[in-house]
Amino acid sequence: MSDDVLRIRTPISIKYQYSAGPRVSSHLLGLMDGRFVGKRCPVCELVYMPPRNGTCAKCGALLGEDVEVGQRGTITTFCVVNVPFLGQTIKIPYVSATILLDGADMGMQHLIQEVDAADVRMGMRVEPVWRPREEWQPSLENVLHFRPTGEPDAPFESYAGHL
Amino acid sequence: MSGGTSEYSIAADGSFTAPLELSYPYKRTVGPILSRFLTSLRDQRVEGTKGSDGRVHVPPAEFDPVTGEHLTEWVDVASTGTIVTWSWQPAPVEGNTLQHPFAWALISLDGADTNLLHAVDAGSADAIKTGMRVTARWAAEPSGSISDIVCFDLTSGSPT
Repeated sequence: MSDDVLRIRTPISIKYQYSAGPRVSSHLLGLMDGRFVGKRCPVCELVYMPPRNGTCAKCGALLGEDVEVGQRGTITTFCVVNVPFLGQTIKIPYVSATILLDGADMGMQHLIQEVDAADVRMGMRVEPVWRPREEWQPSLENVLHFRPTGEPDAPFESYAGHL
Repeated sequence: MSGGTSEYSIAADGSFTAPLELSYPYKRTVGPILSRFLTSLRDQRVEGTKGSDGRVHVPPAEFDPVTGEHLTEWVDVASTGTIVTWSWQPAPVEGNTLQHPFAWALISLDGADTNLLHAVDAGSADAIKTGMRVTARWAAEPSGSISDIVCFDLTSGSPT
């Protein structure tokens, strides 16, 4: 009985050729230069960072011009990860946060480090820590993580419309 | 889950493209019915479950398709059978037991009343026909999985 087959491995792998499309490509090109480049909606002027390919979710207009947003931003919401999982590379507990970069209207997801997880809060001001330039790829992984800037917290009203 | 992009290129229109591989390293428990089926395969035997209407299910059904009851009666079937239908696979993918073009076929094993999906090493699409007889080719190193049957070979002298 103990020698019976009780489980099987069924790995699944899917190989894609991913194409970023023209709008996300200008964003990726910016990342290779250490810049955060988003897109502005020509109608409602919302700034998408990271940008979408295609149209504004709010008014349906095709996203237009490139907009470089600030390096610094504000934590709008966050999650403390306490659960270990397969493939985890960061020591728990750690914080995954939605960061509203200065000048952007959409938050982006990134890792918060160099601060105790218990001290992370909504409104905390953060800045990116970039990898060494020679390691840069067209990827948000060029930013190792964000860390607190030490500035006073942003008032709730400043990001209340972006949650 | 894992994935990654490392080698990228920029197309003529300025778009980035990169290979992206998503993989999930699943491992699953098989339950008592498939456990017995796979354990038997490891010993180069094929077994099926017998339903309340007398039909023999290969691969084994865990529950009676008619009554929904647990199936517990086992029947030995042959490792030879007949091709019920087939489809040519011209470009095998990673994980297929054969790495050259082959046929996917529904095979009615002798003694079974349902069909087993497996690979048939027919050589070319011109060489395989519905109704042909096939014989299981067993793996040299069984692992307790459906690939303990590497594929089926056309039985020589098979009627066409």
